[in-house]
Amino acid sequence: MGRPVIRAVFNILAHAPDLVRYGSKPSRELAKDPALLAAITERLRTYPEAVAYPPHQVFIGNLRPWALETIPRPWHEHAVSLAGAGPFGEIVSEAEFYGWLKLADGFDLVALKESYARELTRPAGVSGTPAATVEALIEKEGALPLWVGERLVGCVRPGHEEDPTLAAPSLLENLAAKATGALALSRLFQSTGVDPTSVDYLIGCGEEAVGDRYQRGGGNLAKAIGELAGCSNATGADLKAFCCSPVHALVFAAAAIQAGLFRQVVVIGGGSLAKLGMKFRGHLAKGLPVLEDVLGAVAILVGEDGDGPVIRLDTVGRHPIGAGSSPQAIVEALVATPLDRHGLKITDIDRYALELHNPDITEPAGNGDVPLNNYRTLGALAVLRGEITREELPEFVKRHGMPGFSPTQGHIPAAVPFVGHARELIEAGELRRVMLVAKGSLFLGRMTNLMDGMSVLITGDA
Amino acid sequence: MRLKGKKVIAIGERDGVPGPAIAECVRSAGSETVLVTTQCYV
Repeated sequence: MGRPVIRAVFNILAHAPDLVRYGSKPSRELAKDPALLAAITERLRTYPEAVAYPPHQVFIGNLRPWALETIPRPWHEHAVSLAGAGPFGEIVSEAEFYGWLKLADGFDLVALKESYARELTRPAGVSGTPAATVEALIEKEGALPLWVGERLVGCVRPGHEEDPTLAAPSLLENLAAKATGALALSRLFQSTGVDPTSVDYLIGCGEEAVGDRYQRGGGNLAKAIGELAGCSNATGADLKAFCCSPVHALVFAAAAIQAGLFRQVVVIGGGSLAKLGMKFRGHLAKGLPVLEDVLGAVAILVGEDGDGPVIRLDTVGRHPIGAGSSPQAIVEALVATPLDRHGLKITDIDRYALELHNPDITEPAGNGDVPLNNYRTLGALAVLRGEITREELPEFVKRHGMPGFSPTQGHIPAAVPFVGHARELIEAGELRRVMLVAKGSLFLGRMTNLMDGMSVLITGDA
Repeated sequence: MRLKGKKVIAIGERDGVPGPAIAECVRSAGSETVLVTTQCYV
């Protein structure tokens, strides 16, 4: 029974411009107006452009989030010259992602043309299918074509003739989440030297529905990811709480370790293909590239004692069912309540990681700056509590918050993209207390009007 | 804005003011909400 510490983090951005057409919004709009495809494809970014994009460099750890304050907006006009790999992350090419998509498939659902498979150097060992077979699958079975620009490189087959849950688009979404999750986890093991067989349990925190018509949300993508990443001694489960899932998962990973149940737990969230190109209309209208062209994935290894910030189970915030849905009620429940237990002020936390959506993506679509809204709400509570004055609110936001930098993929931007930074900064003694605060839009499922939220403190001291 | 006696459709935003919170405010001003939703586009 030890203290739960964050031992390692790895963030992946898989560049997938040719999958933008299969995002939920683009695919619906393309069905109504197929001529739109040309407008979308001419605004897709190249891999070097995706690597040079400042928010992506923050996501992989080559830049701190607050470095974005000194780069003029829109950030896509100010490319930075940094590598595709960072201290706790990597931007991988579409070719590598397609290779992992094929590796993730154990049911012959993904077929890559032999000529294309032969070109793939990373990952190794990707098998190909004769071109004529691929074309026949598309024509006769309704397989979904996979493209690289105008070049047809493969397809994804439906998993069942009649079951709509196993239609090709759903399976592609689930395989994309599995592939990116496994990529992030594999890179975590490679970059740290941690043995995958030392993991006891994996908690999936993505939002895809993995199942069939009788159990549409059956789940346990975590175990599938663990299998692909070599965690032969682990089992797992998915924790479903919409966007709030990662913070719930971190808390329960920490609880399992503190209770002595497990010694190493992985929290894993793959990318959300459904959200690719979600705001493409706004981007095209404002002359921007299609910025939602990357699948984000986060892998966090929680271990027992050792180097790394401690997950403080004595400072967890919940949003109880009876708490009310006003922004004030939510932030009080998630932030004020756990801090008050220890006599801590809101200003005693060095940095808050709230919703970290990239405003370059959201503002052209009319959705505002999500992190800024959230930090202002937090700051407003600090004003109400007399900790700061109203005039000090902007300075509070700058000091305790950060610009958004994450792809808009639900669970991915929910606090966890900052964990890699927090780990480094806490270990270096530059930060002492970081609070992760996430929210979940439960109402989207039409089962309740409730919001959800969860928060947890991570610190460098016992 | 005079809300008393009016019918209101409340469309909230998850990271702004959620629908139910708008509904509470306008209810206290004497109006009736006929539709409440909260949007979340992120």
